[in-house]
Formats: sequence, C-alpha cells, structure tokens
Amino acid sequence: MYDGVKIIIGIIIFLVLLLFPAWYQVGKAAKVPDPKLAEKALKAEQCVEPKLFMKTQHMKLLDEWRDEVVRSADRYYQSSSGKTYYKSLQVTCMDCHSSKKEFCDQCHDYLGVVPYCWDCHIEPKENG
Amino acid sequence: MGMDRRRFLKIAGLGTMMGFGGKAAFELLAPGAVEASLKDLPLTHAKKWGMVVDMRKMTHEILVACQEACHLPHNIPDWGDPRVEIKWNWSDTYEHTFPGMENAYMDEHFLEKDFFVLCNHCDNPPCCRVCPTKATWKREDGVVMMDLHRCIGCRFCMAACPFGARSFNWGDPRKAPPDLNPGFPTNPDYPTRSKGVVEKCNFCAERIAVGEYPYCVEAANQLKEGTLIFGDLDDPNSDVREALRSHYTIRRKAELGTGPNIYYIVS
Repeated sequence: MYDGVKIIIGIIIFLVLLLFPAWYQVGKAAKVPDPKLAEKALKAEQCVEPKLFMKTQHMKLLDEWRDEVVRSADRYYQSSSGKTYYKSLQVTCMDCHSSKKEFCDQCHDYLGVVPYCWDCHIEPKENG
Repeated sequence: MGMDRRRFLKIAGLGTMMGFGGKAAFELLAPGAVEASLKDLPLTHAKKWGMVVDMRKMTHEILVACQEACHLPHNIPDWGDPRVEIKWNWSDTYEHTFPGMENAYMDEHFLEKDFFVLCNHCDNPPCCRVCPTKATWKREDGVVMMDLHRCIGCRFCMAACPFGARSFNWGDPRKAPPDLNPGFPTNPDYPTRSKGVVEKCNFCAERIAVGEYPYCVEAANQLKEGTLIFGDLDDPNSDVREALRSHYTIRRKAELGTGPNIYYIVS
C-alpha cells in the first residue's frame, strides 16, 4: 500500500472529527428540568388556574392577557376558582414566582425555548 | 456617578409613592374588591380623555418635574444625545409649539417661555392611519395607544405625526449609559422597551385604568394646583370642560385637522 501511514493517520483524524460531537457529550445528558416554586407560590397553593392547565397552557394564557390588557384595557382576570387577578406578568406572575432562574428558565432552557418576554418585561431581582 | 441630593430625594420619593400606591394597593385589597371599587372611581371610564395646560401657571421647575415624574416610572432611558433621545413629554419654545402663530410685536415673555408638550391624542391621528401592523390605534376612550408587541419599527408613525411626539429606540434601553440612568430600570413594575420599536406618551393608560391621574398631572399639580387639568372632554361637567368654558384656549397645529386633545391656556 502506497503511503499507508498517511492514509491510516488520515482515517483516524477523520473518524475523530466525525465522532467528536458524540464523545464530547458523553456523560453530559441535559439536566432534567426541576422548576422550584418560590415560597410565596408554595403558600398560595394554586396558581391562577390548576397546575395542569398552567403547565400546558400558560403561554396561551399569557398571550391572551397581553392582548386583552393592551388592546382592550381589560386588566382583571376572573379565574375558574372565582378569584380575580390583575393581569400582569411583572406584577402578578413574578410576584409569586419570584425567581426566573429557578422557575421559568428551568424548562425553557431544557426545551430550547427563548420567549422574548424578557426583552422588555423586567424579571425580579435575584440574590447574587 | 453624579447624583445630587435633590435628584436622589426625588427618586426616593417617587419610589416610595409607587411602593404605597401601586403594587401594595392591590395586595391590601381582597380579590374582587379591586374590581368593585373601580366602578366608583370617577376617572376610570371616559369617552374622550383630554388635557388642559395652564401656561400661566407653568414654570421651568414644573416642566422638569413633569418629565421626571413620567420618565422614571415608565423606564425611559436618557441617552445623553438629542439625536437618539426618547421622550414622552418635553418642553419647547412658543414658535416651535405654535408655528405660524408668532406675531412680530407680541409680548416677549411668550418667546422666552418653555411650553409643555406631549402626544396630543388626536381625534384623527395620522400615526394610526399609517401604521402597517395596527401597533398604534385610537382607543374608544380617546387614548392613542401603542402595542409594542406588534411594532415592527418602520417609523411611518414618526413621519406622520406633526407634533414629533414619537421616539425611536435606536438601542436597547437597558444599554443606555448607566451614569445618566442611575438604577435603571427605575420601575420594576413597568416594562422597558426593546431595541427597534417606537414609543410615546400613553396618557398613563395603566394609571387611568385604576383611577389615578397621569404622572405628569399629579407632579405638576403637586407643585401648583391646576397647572395641568385632566379629564373627560365628553363630559360637560368635567374639570377640563369647565376650564375650556371659562378660558380662551388654543391647540397645536389645529389647522392640520388631526384634532388634538391637548388645550393650552396662554394668557
């Protein structure tokens, strides 16, 4: 075989590069999201709607709130539990869920979702 | 960081005011009570919000107070550069405020005086007509409102507005020079804007919704009662209508037909 050494070295370099993404990630499985409820949220026991609804539909609810508040000046939300809430991400949601890092970001990061809420809306100040 | 005693006290005072009046108020009231109490508030519902500016009472000090009272709680950055400045209310000279109304031999003090100017919340707003995404529109209560979620930053509205009431965010407000914006964003309960959207005065829609006066009105009247009169132009018994009945008033560029709703008592 002509230039056998060069060919074998070439093949090895090629395989290393090809498999680089696989072995670079070994043992680095993405952390399973673990959203933590802040103290105030724990005390309240229930969010504006039941947990399952919030888990699956919070983005739709926030989107509706956004349109209703901005476009129809309809600022109060009548929950299915009969309570009335002021529709506001910053003032109402983040009042209980006071840590964006430990709550919102947990799942959003895992799923690679980048909601642009925070381009304008201000997250609560966190320690450190 | 340069902040004199006076500015510190102002910011501290404003912060406390918002602490008591804003968020805390909602927490104190039981759910449902907020809704119920709103019905009794005279300010909450109107057909046509408007303002009368009494220029006889307006001073430079009040103008500055109005700007601070608006720009701090609305998280409006100071870029330190007039080419990219963002303003919801500001002051201007007589000849810029009322072009074509300056006469050769008029009282000189008009030419020296600073006039309080803001969005006129026109009856027939050209900004809304040109907006391609309906990001700005006229609400039923007369407020020319902006939906910043929809703004694509085309700046047609800025070209259409004859009053220069709109400002463009050339940069991310949170990247404004920190030495000019101590503690920015100054109000954690109100959003900032993002790079590439147009913004303007919203007649404090978030305040009139809960029965409070706009920040500028509150600040001006604290220094001198009756400088800014805010109310429903459609209600013949309102303060604004009383002011319009008992004084001769002028409006900015009324000849353009946009129907401005800010009236000025000049003498």
